[in-house]
Amino acid sequence: MSVLVFAESSEGKFKKTALEVTSYGKKVAEQLGTNLVVLTMNSSDSSILFNYGAEKILTVTNDALKIFNAKLVANIVKQAAEKESSQVVIIDSNANGLYFAPMAAANLNAGFASNVIALPSVTSPFTVKRKTFSNKAFNNTQILTDVKVISLAKNAFGLVENKVSGTTEEFSPVLVDSNLVSTSIEQTSGKVTIADADIVVSAGRGLKGPENWGMIEELASVLGAATACSKPVSDLGWRPHGEHVGQTGKPVSSNLYIAIGISGAIQHLAGVNSSKVKVVINTDPEAPFFKAADYGIVGDAFEVVPKLIEKLKEFKANNA
Amino acid sequence: MKILVCISHVPDTTSKINFAENDSKFDSNGVQFVINPYDEFALTRAMWFKEKQGATVTVATVGNAATEPTLRKALAIGADDAIRVNAEALDGFTVAKELAEVIKNGSYDLVLAGKESIDYNGGMVPAMLATLLDFNFVNACIGLEIEGDKATISREIDGGKEMLEAKLPLIIAGQKGLVEEKDLRIPNMRGIMMARQKPLTIVESSNGKATTSIVSFEKQPAKSACKLVSADNLDELIGLLHNEAKVI
Ligand SMILES: Cc1cc2nc3c(=O)[nH]c(=O)nc-3n(C[C@H](O)[C@H](O)[C@H](O)COP(=O)(O)OP(=O)(O)OC[C@H]3O[C@@H](n4cnc5c(N)ncnc54)[C@H](O)[C@@H]3O)c2cc1C
Ligand SMILES: Cc1cc2nc3c(=O)[nH]c(=O)nc-3n(C[C@H](O)[C@H](O)[C@H](O)COP(=O)(O)OP(=O)(O)OC[C@H]3O[C@@H](n4cnc5c(N)ncnc54)[C@H](O)[C@@H]3O)c2cc1C
Repeated sequence: MSVLVFAESSEGKFKKTALEVTSYGKKVAEQLGTNLVVLTMNSSDSSILFNYGAEKILTVTNDALKIFNAKLVANIVKQAAEKESSQVVIIDSNANGLYFAPMAAANLNAGFASNVIALPSVTSPFTVKRKTFSNKAFNNTQILTDVKVISLAKNAFGLVENKVSGTTEEFSPVLVDSNLVSTSIEQTSGKVTIADADIVVSAGRGLKGPENWGMIEELASVLGAATACSKPVSDLGWRPHGEHVGQTGKPVSSNLYIAIGISGAIQHLAGVNSSKVKVVINTDPEAPFFKAADYGIVGDAFEVVPKLIEKLKEFKANNA
Repeated sequence: MKILVCISHVPDTTSKINFAENDSKFDSNGVQFVINPYDEFALTRAMWFKEKQGATVTVATVGNAATEPTLRKALAIGADDAIRVNAEALDGFTVAKELAEVIKNGSYDLVLAGKESIDYNGGMVPAMLATLLDFNFVNACIGLEIEGDKATISREIDGGKEMLEAKLPLIIAGQKGLVEEKDLRIPNMRGIMMARQKPLTIVESSNGKATTSIVSFEKQPAKSACKLVSADNLDELIGLLHNEAKVI
């Protein structure tokens, strides 16, 4: 018996979400009275996982895994879960995790629940709370199979230190064939992505035109934030599609979401609602975003944002 | 090329979400149902393959009779025929098993689905389907070209995109980018008239056992009121974000 967590690393380094799923997995293992096993691939040093509760680390090292292949990874997770007799398998909600988690579940003939936001409320029958209806509600889902696979929503649990003295074991799974070939990867480097960002600065049609995004980028850079936009802004070609957030765009679950010149349409809010703290800057006090926000400024973005940038720079200088 | 587009029948994005029977069921009273927005991208791309490459396009859904208007809408957009698996869509895995039967029986080369349903947000049916059938699968697909039996695919990754190549048969889970928003098809009068004559086949379910069960729903808890800060007092905002919210 065990709980198995997949901890994703990139260029040998663990992502924050890897530490989050490990923290979560440790608590689930405690609830079930069993041990936490963490599976890693091509990470140079996994010892940090002991700080978050990994009792056993399985390390797979293989050049064939340098480029992510969902079918390969899903199959390795299956082999690890079988080897460790895992009852529960936990995966993060990064792009790769979302891709292979349901494949791993199908491999294991396991019931699968995505968007899980809390520890199981009951372990028998195994019941988890999930986001549903695009963040407009939650549901409590029972997983009825012996083996259960869950995807933990990003930033839903946080990091919990829990130092244990664990062991590390080399694991050499069989690699299945995949004739799906990755030919190239284009990734903007040095820019915070919406998926990884703690803070997201987002702007809408209230900004009037693409030429006005300089101040949005500057505000984001002062805060170390990612930039995002409303759907019409990307439809109009003012900003790249990758920045479109909302129900039909990227979901945001950052710690802080700042919405500038965005009215707060239901489809927009659905995608950003799970951010912990929301700030709105809008000229119209009746804009629906004020109902969803924690803090609001009624004002003109073209006056407020430059001032806010200056004030934040001062704040950063004093708190460095 | 035979294409199957998987259609999920979902509440319109503007729907108010309410629950009935002691919060154990979604309350569909007064709710308008539509083709899942992600599936519209898949369907529009399929229409392109039909028009430019002579593909045939079948749409399929797993659901009860109430889903038929949604299938008719897909036919009005231009699909050739429709299949409804007569089963309550009980969970994503069961839906995938039902669709796997449809695909085995129809020997489709290409299966286009959406990245996730906007109601249950499982993000699982296409991936499970591909695993059950041992087809190649690409999630979060933002570009797809087919030449003969070779597919060139792009998928969205965190902060960028990846290009891939695969042989058919292939399943993709699509989103915006697969086609542009402005190119999405809406049914016209002629399409709606023609859709009435097109075949909609009902197949019986294979009665798989559900692997998950939703026992209750909860709405988002009521939010406390927004704290308004004067535009002339941004230090106050920064103070609140630092000391109260602790996010900067
Ligand atoms: C099926 C469907 C799916 C959709 N999915 C999404 C989605 O995923 N994401 C999304 O964002 N939208 C989505 N939409 C669109 C959504 O309904 C809204 O149309 C959209 O979010 C509005 O964008 P906006 O807030 O930028 O623009 P607007 O609604 O035009 O709002 C602009 C705001 O800027 C304010 N403003 C104007 N000037 C200033 C100024 N100088 N300073 C400060 N504020 C100013 C105005 O008061 C106004 O509130 C979807 C719609 C449909 C039908
Ligand atoms: C009365 C009722 C009870 C339900 N009870 C449960 C429950 O107890 N547990 C539970 O998990 N779910 C339940 N559901 C939800 C239902 O099972 C979902 O439709 C199904 O789980 C697939 O949703 P998903 O979010 O996983 O799809 P996703 O995997 O997010 O969908 C991705 C894509 O797969 C395709 N797809 C999804 N669903 C279908 C479909 N039905 N037919 C054809 N293609 C499809 C579409 O292309 C879609 O874009 C219930 C639904 C109803 C109506």
